Amino acid sequence: MLGLKERLDLERMKRNILDSQVWRAMFRHGYEDTPRNRVLMVVDNIWLHLHPTKIRRHAIRVRFTWCMGGITFLLFLYLVVTGVVLMFYYRPVGEYAYADMKYLEFDAPFGMFMRNMHRWAAHAMVIAVWLHMLRVFMTGSYKPPREFNWVIGVLLLTLTLLLSFTGYLLPWDQLSIWAVTVGTNMARATPLLGHEGPFAEFVGVTPRFDARSALLGGTIVGPPTLLRFYVLHCIVIPLIASVLMMVHFWRIRKDGGISGPL
Amino acid sequence: MTTRLKAPKVKLPAEYEAEAKQKRSGMDRRRFLNYSGWVGVLGSLAVGLLGFMRFLFPRVLFEPPNEFKAGSPADYAVGAVDTRWVISQRVWIIREEQGFYALLAICTHLGCTPKWLGSEDKFKCPCHGSGFRRSGVNFEGPAPRPLERLKIVLAEDGQLLIDKGKIFRQEKGEWTRPEAYLSL
Repeated sequence: MLGLKERLDLERMKRNILDSQVWRAMFRHGYEDTPRNRVLMVVDNIWLHLHPTKIRRHAIRVRFTWCMGGITFLLFLYLVVTGVVLMFYYRPVGEYAYADMKYLEFDAPFGMFMRNMHRWAAHAMVIAVWLHMLRVFMTGSYKPPREFNWVIGVLLLTLTLLLSFTGYLLPWDQLSIWAVTVGTNMARATPLLGHEGPFAEFVGVTPRFDARSALLGGTIVGPPTLLRFYVLHCIVIPLIASVLMMVHFWRIRKDGGISGPL
Repeated sequence: MTTRLKAPKVKLPAEYEAEAKQKRSGMDRRRFLNYSGWVGVLGSLAVGLLGFMRFLFPRVLFEPPNEFKAGSPADYAVGAVDTRWVISQRVWIIREEQGFYALLAICTHLGCTPKWLGSEDKFKCPCHGSGFRRSGVNFEGPAPRPLERLKIVLAEDGQLLIDKGKIFRQEKGEWTRPEAYLSL
């Protein structure tokens, strides 16, 4: 009778897995630790190929980078996951939104956890983005050849703030409705496009047809606004941000990796 | 007899340049089709963009109507700021000796609803502390301009009729217009 060791031939099982077609389709190059292979592992992998093929020793020094870009991205992933989960219960309709938020908070299993996770990760992401910007500024990492990536970063900062703003309306309580009322009132003063802004008379914009009403879907913060902000929050802005993030990460590689200490 | 060697005709770079330039400036069929192709593509994109912009503004708004009837003028006490329409319509109606005016209860700072403080004879915004006189003129806090007055007229049935869609601004000198003040 064979012993346990013979029956459970782990080496053979491992070989069977590693030689299987499925495994080889995903991981084309075994990890033979040579410089060439290390590069191939990164370049040939769809998830990693945006990254630099080699990372310099200084680039993983946390005191230099604060890891704020990475933390921001991690928080973004948290927000995507928890946000999608919240969408299972939340309906962006005037009659339901507030009740659904309450339902999530008090009745859905782990609903409060998911909602709070989404909320705190959102706050943390805004903070992390600012700190990331501060680090890049203080280390002079915005200088050529990285000036283009700084511009992408500013756009991503704006999108992060817009995500924060649009998400703020979704609980549909007094706090959020008035915050968005105040926030969107600023759009009245947009030059050319806002009906109280400079040159409004020449463009001919009115309270009914201007930047603010396009944002609100009407002239007051009402159910159409809720729906618009929901779509912006869950689809439009994350989509644009994702595309820009890809460019942002790819530019790091093209600009020679993370900048070195001064 | 000496034969003079004739130098072969050689084009100078500048001549090539001039020739190419002449060629380039002409509108041959290829260029014409190229241009019209781009005009078509960009034109249809522009039309599509315009359509998309229009799409953002719905034809019908499901919002409360701008006009409302505020009862008979006799229901209002002379010299009082009437707050009965603030919650439902965000409008104050002020009855003076000579007539009526209506103030929109939206703070000109950032859009909150101020409160009428009768004992201090002023409107006070709870959000950032803007204060307005009974006339609507701002005098304290961050509000940059007076409250807005609304069109107020008598309806056919003798009731007060207020139209929140027609706004009169003091800083534009519009408070003196006929519909901004209902003289009795």
